[in-house]
Amino acid sequence: MVGVVIVSHSKTLAEGVLEFCRVMAAEAPLVAAGGMEDGSFGTSFEKIKAAVESVNQGEGVLVLMDVGSAVMTTEMVLEDIADDSVQMVDCPLVVGAIAAAVAAEGGLDFESVKAEALSAWDARKLS
Amino acid sequence: MATKTQVIDIIHKVSAAIGENAQFLTDLDNAIGDGDHGINLARGFKKVEEELPAVADKDIGAILKKVGMTLVSTVGGASGPLYGTAFMKAGDAVKEKEEVTAEDFIAMLEAGIGGVQLRGKAEKGEKTMLDAMIPALDAMREAGTADAKAMLEAGLKAAKEGVEYTKTIIATKGRASYLGERSIGHQDPGASSFTVILETVANTV
Repeated sequence: MVGVVIVSHSKTLAEGVLEFCRVMAAEAPLVAAGGMEDGSFGTSFEKIKAAVESVNQGEGVLVLMDVGSAVMTTEMVLEDIADDSVQMVDCPLVVGAIAAAVAAEGGLDFESVKAEALSAWDARKLS
Repeated sequence: MATKTQVIDIIHKVSAAIGENAQFLTDLDNAIGDGDHGINLARGFKKVEEELPAVADKDIGAILKKVGMTLVSTVGGASGPLYGTAFMKAGDAVKEKEEVTAEDFIAMLEAGIGGVQLRGKAEKGEKTMLDAMIPALDAMREAGTADAKAMLEAGLKAAKEGVEYTKTIIATKGRASYLGERSIGHQDPGASSFTVILETVANTV
């Protein structure tokens, strides 16, 4: 299955998004990489890298980020890993993560899981 | 301008200066950002100091790369990838060198700025560290490399003016951008920390 990594400055936010995803996708390789090594607020290169490696089953890994250094630090991790099947996806974090998790759980391929995450941009809540 | 031993000494002094200014930089960041800049950078440079002995026998390029990688790993906020990339690119500009000339320093700063722009996707005038870095580079080029001390002082003066300039503009990058016009009147923490670093270099050389 495609792996999904949730990167946030906040440990509890990343874990909360993961908790939400787990309700819909109990088996998919999902992991939270929130906060610093000691749990404090921030983003950690090592933590993100370890998270990516932990969910990489060879079918690709999608990384979803909150803002700022979460994006920049993830970018540096991906440059370090240098694997085209490990990519960031630019989408709303919560809805995108749920969409990606469900797609991964359903066994969709990398591009399809990515497309599902990106579909979060069109998920209207009031209309 | 500086031998390898002097470069290592400067890095220790930069760490000390960032440590002394940690609260000041964090207060600036509290006003318009997420209030972690000084504390984060101080933590990063403290770790850099711990790592320095292990790379002391390497060339200056490798030492600066190590500084950058350590900042990326330990800072935690946006200044980690930004300064981290800047130091790594600066290191690339002085690969295998055992001594840094004034020309090298200009090349390092130019590469560092390129790194910050690449990572942060920012330009001059967006209330970021670039508003101190780019004027400093321009002023140093104009001052010329014949007198390294005079060159650095010209750069420092321009960086300080750049910090003042950041008070007058709206932030359009980073979390300060959420404040819009309310960011006016506050100096940018990143431009301020760069100026602390450059001031340390200028006072040491």
